[in-house]
Amino acid sequence: MNKTWNNRAWFMVLPVLALVAFNAVIPLMTVVNYSVQETFGNNIFFFEGVKWFQEVLHSERFHAALARQLAFTGTILLIEIPLGVAIALTMPRQGPWVSVCLVLMALPLLIPWNVVGAIWNIFALPDIGLLGRSLNGLGFDYNYTHQPVAAWFTMILMDVWHWTSLVVLLAYAGLRSIPDAYYQAAKIDSASRWAVFRYIQLPKMKRVLTIAVLLRFMDSFMIYTEPFVLTGGGPGNSTTLLSIDLVKIALGQFDLGPAAAMSIIYFLIVLLLSWVFYTLTMRDEDQS
Amino acid sequence: MKRLNWLVPAFYIFFLMLPIYWLLNMSFKTTNEILGSFTLWPVNFTVENYVAIFTDPTWYNGYINSLAYVSINTVISVSAALPAAYAFSRYRFLGDKHLFFWLLTNRMAPPAVFALPFFQLYSAMNLFDTYIAVALAHCLFNIPLAVWILEGFMSGVPKEIDETAYIDGYSFSRFFVKIFMPLIASGIGVAAFFCFMFSWVELLLAKTLTSVAAKPIAAVMTRTASTSGYELGLLAAAGALTIIPGAVVIYFVRNYIAKGFALGRV
Repeated sequence: MNKTWNNRAWFMVLPVLALVAFNAVIPLMTVVNYSVQETFGNNIFFFEGVKWFQEVLHSERFHAALARQLAFTGTILLIEIPLGVAIALTMPRQGPWVSVCLVLMALPLLIPWNVVGAIWNIFALPDIGLLGRSLNGLGFDYNYTHQPVAAWFTMILMDVWHWTSLVVLLAYAGLRSIPDAYYQAAKIDSASRWAVFRYIQLPKMKRVLTIAVLLRFMDSFMIYTEPFVLTGGGPGNSTTLLSIDLVKIALGQFDLGPAAAMSIIYFLIVLLLSWVFYTLTMRDEDQS
Repeated sequence: MKRLNWLVPAFYIFFLMLPIYWLLNMSFKTTNEILGSFTLWPVNFTVENYVAIFTDPTWYNGYINSLAYVSINTVISVSAALPAAYAFSRYRFLGDKHLFFWLLTNRMAPPAVFALPFFQLYSAMNLFDTYIAVALAHCLFNIPLAVWILEGFMSGVPKEIDETAYIDGYSFSRFFVKIFMPLIASGIGVAAFFCFMFSWVELLLAKTLTSVAAKPIAAVMTRTASTSGYELGLLAAAGALTIIPGAVVIYFVRNYIAKGFALGRV
């Protein structure tokens, strides 16, 4: 759509600008402030420059949390994206079952995040939870509050349960936009199932899948509540992801300087990802 | 092979429903049954957990508090986003693309980064532990979401409609309310739904900004789980009740839900 140049449109954006700036700029400046200062209480602060940044960037604790975060995000992407696409491909394309599938699949997406954690907490309990009891009954030694491996397994299964539907819904929306004529043409050419997927369905899903990957990447990068309720970051520090560690430092130990420096590094990573998201989605939009 | 295709979604849905079934199962059991035996369905069926929630003010106030700030937030987010989304979809102006991107970064901002500064900001303004504090804080990610979704819907309305209305002598405000808003009614509904949902599911900021008077139900649950022993039945019942708002409205937005989660970009 060709848009008219009109700088008075700024007035329409003003309320949004004011509300979001109030919530984003002031807190962000507070964080920047803390990140360059040292305090010994009594609200007396000393300028410290980049000391906290150096400390955080060189601390093993941060490296470990970041490594766990990347491992978590990588694993869930590897599982959720192919699984989501596979489910979207096998979903009925029309008929009454479409609505049933969509509604049931979307249900986990709308559950409060801490309830998701609580549901899995109960579901996976080794003595009275269905999952924990079944696994132990099958001969696995499973106890997610004591074993790091079991905790990771539960955390990843929980995220797959919670968010795969998002990939399914996006991929399905992409598939529905393919006109029937494409499939008929493929049939006339007697194209194989794989060829249909590779040359018709995958190209049409490319855009939605890009969005799905980026959304899952970013949202899993910020995940806090679900693993916190499920494991509290334990056993030990084995499931302490980036934001859990951040909240531990900031609100638990009240180490404002390092926490603020860590916040800013964290925020810069997210900013970079947002920029990738923006350029990719907008570039596609200009093409279409 | 084609005939067995339905098995994949069926298995997936079965997997999705299992933990929810277990939650419901727990919520209808007595504490003795939960701790004393392992049963696949409630043997001594009881609704006492639900009765306990609906008769204890700390519990049901949690729901009222959550609904209160979620509703306020939805109203603020959608009404502020409407004119902004119109501006983004119809006009080019100085810095529009940068502004649109900046909004997105706030949707992607990790709440953990903002927890402490938000606490200080809203305490300094004497808004700590009020509905309005949580409602305003959730604007951080809900306004960008609403702007992006509404912009997506508005761009689907041909510009000729605006121009015809102006030629017919409509003022901007009359045109916007009488003609334009009915045209994007479904978009407004979807945006409102998503603001409601994201404010409903968020806990970290809501918990940080409240202590007693505006404590959300989700935080009440956390407290129960940690302090007063492990009342699993009660916890399960409270959890089951928080699923209801989503389950009720999901049917109406089923065709738009992908669009909403992808910020209007599908």
